[in-house]
Amino acid sequence: MHMEKYLILNTLSYPVLSLIMLVPLVGALLSLLIKNETWLKIFGLLVTLVTLVLSLPLYTCFDLHTAKYQFAELRHWFPLLKLHYVVGVDGISVLLVLLTTIIMPFCILCSWNYIKKRMGEFIFVTLVMETAMIGVFISLNTVLFYIFWEAMLIPMFLLIAVWGGARKDYASIKFFLYTLCGSIFLLVAIVALYIKTGTFFIPELMDQPFSFAYQMWIFLACALAFAIKIPMYPLHTWLPAAHVEAPTAGSVILASILLKMGGYGFLRFCLPMAPAATLYCMPYFIALSLISIIFGGYLALGQTDIKKLIAYSSVGHMGFVTLGIFLLNDQGLKGAILQMINHGITTGGLFIMVGMIYERTHSREIADNSALGMMIPIYVTFLGIFCLSSLAFPGTNSFVGEFLVLFGAFKKSVVVGFLAIPGAILAAAYMLRLLQRMVWHDSDGHAHHDSAGDDHGHKLTDLCFREIVMVVVLAVFVFWIGLYPTPLLKVMDASVTHLLHQITAGGTPAPVTPHEGHHALLEIGNWLKQVAAF
Amino acid sequence: MDTIITSKVLLTSALPMLTALLIMFSGKRPNLRESWSVIGAILTFLSVLSLLPHILAGGSYEFTLATLYPGVNIKFHLDGLGILFAGTASFLWILAGFYCIGYMRGLDEHAQTRFYVCYAVAVGAAMGAAFAGSLFTLYLFYEIVSIFTYPLVAHHQDAEGYAGAKKYIVYLMFTSKAFLLPAMVIIFMQCGTLDFCYTGILNGIFPAGANHTLVVVSYLLCLFGFAKAGIMPLHNWLPSAMVAPTPVSALLHAVVVVKVGVFSTCRVMLSVFGVQMLQSLNLGIITAYFVSFTIITASIIALSKSNLKARLAYSTISQLSYIILGVAMLTPSGITGGLVHIANHAFSKITLFFCAGAIFVATGKKDIKEMGGLGYRMPLTMIAFGIASLSMIGVPPSCGFVTKWFLALGAMELKSVGLLVVLLASSLLNAGYFVPVFLKAFFGKVAPADAEMTGSLENKPLILFMVVPLLITAIISMVIGIYPDLFLNIIHVMVGA
Repeated sequence: MHMEKYLILNTLSYPVLSLIMLVPLVGALLSLLIKNETWLKIFGLLVTLVTLVLSLPLYTCFDLHTAKYQFAELRHWFPLLKLHYVVGVDGISVLLVLLTTIIMPFCILCSWNYIKKRMGEFIFVTLVMETAMIGVFISLNTVLFYIFWEAMLIPMFLLIAVWGGARKDYASIKFFLYTLCGSIFLLVAIVALYIKTGTFFIPELMDQPFSFAYQMWIFLACALAFAIKIPMYPLHTWLPAAHVEAPTAGSVILASILLKMGGYGFLRFCLPMAPAATLYCMPYFIALSLISIIFGGYLALGQTDIKKLIAYSSVGHMGFVTLGIFLLNDQGLKGAILQMINHGITTGGLFIMVGMIYERTHSREIADNSALGMMIPIYVTFLGIFCLSSLAFPGTNSFVGEFLVLFGAFKKSVVVGFLAIPGAILAAAYMLRLLQRMVWHDSDGHAHHDSAGDDHGHKLTDLCFREIVMVVVLAVFVFWIGLYPTPLLKVMDASVTHLLHQITAGGTPAPVTPHEGHHALLEIGNWLKQVAAF
Repeated sequence: MDTIITSKVLLTSALPMLTALLIMFSGKRPNLRESWSVIGAILTFLSVLSLLPHILAGGSYEFTLATLYPGVNIKFHLDGLGILFAGTASFLWILAGFYCIGYMRGLDEHAQTRFYVCYAVAVGAAMGAAFAGSLFTLYLFYEIVSIFTYPLVAHHQDAEGYAGAKKYIVYLMFTSKAFLLPAMVIIFMQCGTLDFCYTGILNGIFPAGANHTLVVVSYLLCLFGFAKAGIMPLHNWLPSAMVAPTPVSALLHAVVVVKVGVFSTCRVMLSVFGVQMLQSLNLGIITAYFVSFTIITASIIALSKSNLKARLAYSTISQLSYIILGVAMLTPSGITGGLVHIANHAFSKITLFFCAGAIFVATGKKDIKEMGGLGYRMPLTMIAFGIASLSMIGVPPSCGFVTKWFLALGAMELKSVGLLVVLLASSLLNAGYFVPVFLKAFFGKVAPADAEMTGSLENKPLILFMVVPLLITAIISMVIGIYPDLFLNIIHVMVGA
């Protein structure tokens, strides 16, 4: 079959991708049978751990020398529409799948005491979420991709709306509307692609010689969806609200995995399917990324709420990701993908740390959580590690990603490189500010220890065993990637090279003539005018 | 001689880190804790010493710990310049270890365990910087020094301490992110590697066709990026950091922290850019005149300070620029004079800070105006102060003279009258702000308020923990003025190679 030339069919003894996708779903259904809360938590943890173990062969058996989609499964699904059930991973998505399976056990663990009501529903929603997220990363079929993409929306909405904070209604609806808005354009693009080519198969769609104007439309429709998801300035405003109100697990999922789908979408749809349009739009997206980096960092600097600060820092970090993607060179892309993984680990860690302190002091304000250094030293040590990682301290994971993106930026243009530097400075500024206030004293310069006690005036307790396990594992990843990122870079190497080849090969046949570009933009402009008139 | 590839080079920076761990776990038992600190220091120094013979014979040690990206390595490479700095710093850590006991116990300071832990880690990171074999490794340890000295500067946890510490970290982190990071990226882009050049100081790592504009840009970024070197206008963190306890000012802000900055600057000039590149782009002479401004201006500011530690801080800023001035001359004598000053200044300046601390613990005095007649109450301390002052001024036979001798030679090799004038003027200024302290101590009037002094440690045995180390450093700064051969040989290996 012609589709198989893009795939390396799964040779493991079990259908690994389908299994890791379905195990959480089955687990979610089974969890409905359990009534005891403790058993529910243990069951949820077990399901995520089993998924993690099942996903490990994806790394150990991964073939580093091919850009084809590995561990693939191909089944007839809906022959009339030439629709197949087809899943597979390449060097980019395999890392994100692994990130998902690694992060999910933490989401259960960090909710152990945090979630006080509806534990059964919480476990159910979280496990369904895992299925949807893994589904997005392994789908090689636009319909399947879209189904999972939309399926993710509801559990995330519920996580915020049911277990969220004071303004959960506002935050959850804002999240829902923003993401849905983007998704609609994505759906339009998928349908348009099918009408034009008669296939839903993603690798095949990448090989189509679309005209420039058509590419432009596809690019813009997809980019809108992904730019909202990642999120990119000026479409980022849903993120701080969602982060602040979401429970810890929700924030971790949101920051660690959901945001990555935007970046993944750019790499899977925009770049390879519309290479000429990508080249044409590159300067604008680089500019938007730089604005995101600086704007996100600048806003993070002024926050008094720890979660909000980390949320805005995510905008800045994701700016580095989109910057790396749209540099369209080897280092930029690798740096961007690595930065997605890094951000998942580091920011996941930071949100877990915030959840821990919230459980103790019932406040997320920096002022209420100051001068912790003397009281809970273990907590503060790990907080320090994740903060330093977030500001790209050398030796931690983010440094490698940021360095590669900056390297790519300087290679593209010295000006772009220097414009990205303020982002790095701001990251150091807001993270050190946070660290300084939480460890040493609050903004007034007085350390008032009494305010940091919990509601009953008890002394704060340092991390318990469960919490230490969580942060230690994440800290190991921080230093491991920081000192030895080569395995990850090797995994993505072939796919990144292939992607760059697709862009250079696809960018030339459909020539980027100013006239045609102008034409496409004019068309869009006219359309906008009509909409405005209407 | 050959390069030995051995993981032994890791030991020197690992030992202080290990010491820090031991200190952390024996926080409840002060005697054990402080023994670890001293034992760790002695072992670290011995480990450096064991590497010395091979270096003196012209060899080097090398070890690659990790590769982040092809060309970006965590790599250690020990040569003459590195061992000069590592040896000085680790030796002085031993003395500072004793001194800390006297100071911290004498003043009954809080959070002493934290203090000793951060102290040890900072020294360990400085060892790592001294042993660094690539720009990335240097940057890594440079940043670790910044982070772990923050708690030391903020030690008192009062408004003044926080303000000083904030300024400290803002200056250091801002410059390293804003200047060093892009400099590293640009250098990596041009050279394809961040490893240093290991074949002498003439050739840098830049390929022949390197873009000259980018070379100049990255050089300037490096020069300002290593703000720990205290070159004006990025010097202001140093006086603010003087809010720290005096042992911190002594070891860290006279030896470890500032020397990491100066060492890094010299290392980048010699092992990344190389003498030929700097000469052909005229960067050396521009740097020399640029730091001359710091030398003179900092000395003038020092004249106006009556707080002893503040005066010492500005003196440090001025003296650090001597080192860079010497290297920037790019002549054999100039480089020798600059590099040997890393050790010379360390011994002399730590003596001065030790004295300032001893005076404070014994009498509670910080201001020079109140020090009238102090020479008769603390004769040994003030004599040591006098010796170290002579060295700062550059009077023979102190070690400061050796520096000035070579720097003057270097200026003459360059046939630069301007730099000679700078050296002369700064020596006069040095005399201008050190001699009055000495005169005041021995010939000044006893202040009337003296009856109600706060500290009263001068007759207790604890003061010996402070006086003995400062006497030793004072004597050494004389001895290495008379027998400068060891240090000169080490540098000769480096410069001559």
